[in-house]
Amino acid sequence: MENKNNPLSPHLQVYRWHISSLLSITHRIVGIINFVCIIFLLSLLILSEFNNYNFKIIAQSFFGKFFIISLCWSFSFQILNEIRHLAWDMGYGFELKVAKITGMATIFGSFILSILFYFIGKVFF
Amino acid sequence: MVQFSLPQNSKIIKGKFYKDKSGSNNLKKVNVYRWNPIGNENPRIDTFEVDLNECGPKVLDILFKIKNEIDPTLTFRRSCAHGVCGSCAMNVDGVNTLSCIKSHSDIKGELNIYPLPHLKVIKDLVGDLTTLYKQYESVEPWLKSKVGEKTSTEIKQSQEDRAKLDGYYECILCACCSTSCPSYWWNGDKYLGPAVLLQAYRWISDSRDDERKERLKKVADELKLYRCHTIMNCTNSCPKGLNPAKAIGSIKKMLATS
Repeated sequence: MENKNNPLSPHLQVYRWHISSLLSITHRIVGIINFVCIIFLLSLLILSEFNNYNFKIIAQSFFGKFFIISLCWSFSFQILNEIRHLAWDMGYGFELKVAKITGMATIFGSFILSILFYFIGKVFF
Repeated sequence: MVQFSLPQNSKIIKGKFYKDKSGSNNLKKVNVYRWNPIGNENPRIDTFEVDLNECGPKVLDILFKIKNEIDPTLTFRRSCAHGVCGSCAMNVDGVNTLSCIKSHSDIKGELNIYPLPHLKVIKDLVGDLTTLYKQYESVEPWLKSKVGEKTSTEIKQSQEDRAKLDGYYECILCACCSTSCPSYWWNGDKYLGPAVLLQAYRWISDSRDDERKERLKKVADELKLYRCHTIMNCTNSCPKGLNPAKAIGSIKKMLATS
């Protein structure tokens, strides 16, 4: 069939978001953010070997705190969602209801876990 | 390839408004995607006011009412009207479904009807599914049995083996799942998509089939299979309540463990 000029039906523009699709795209974005940010954080840590003072100033500034708390969340989100993916790879949790519940658990759990991470970090630093 | 926005010739323009003439107090605004292959106009959204007091319960009934009473040029596929044939698959209220089994009373506010997403439109609500049918052909969806070639009697199957096909043989190939999958939108030419992979799994898990290994090998491909990222739009949209995501997960598991 000749259909070079036929239009493409709308896709992203009209399709409704579900928890599963929303978490899937968030997982990807957060994965890229984590990759970049952890490299950034580690290089800061290495630099702080030479000058401990600078690292503390950055970590205690508003931007530094925002950065660290965001990273706590994105890291815990990815861990929890990765557990879902591991379960899927083993063949569990594909049922719609189960996927919805684990999805909600990932969202709420990521906030709880990030608070935990933040306070555990505070004890050490 | 990933392209988030629609190409220039697919941008939707404002369409006509058909005001209700019956004077009913139970009206629903229905927005329908329209495109006519004759002429060079872009697709448009026409709005119809439909009297629900004189209309059947399903979305397909609304479409028939529009076609019969308001605009006879409205084009859509349908056949059985009982959720068995899979012809009337379309995007209703943002989710792909069969319009013949979707109740319009479930949808609050205006009703939006689009063709299945990311397909070449042939006319109005009819999309071109040629690629999907070719991909379906590529998984060779028929029984391959050496025993079957020799004998003319039926090949027996235990009840347990037969039960393995439950949840897979019911697929009617309406394409709701495949066209709901973002991976299939971006890589539809290479990725097989949930509908075809569910069918592939149906034949892989059939105890009477002899070419299980060959079938698995054929489908084990970075693009054909592993473009599935468990987004689960497929399972969310399946009007028959099947689980393509689980079928794909099972194929991946089989490949990892065999």
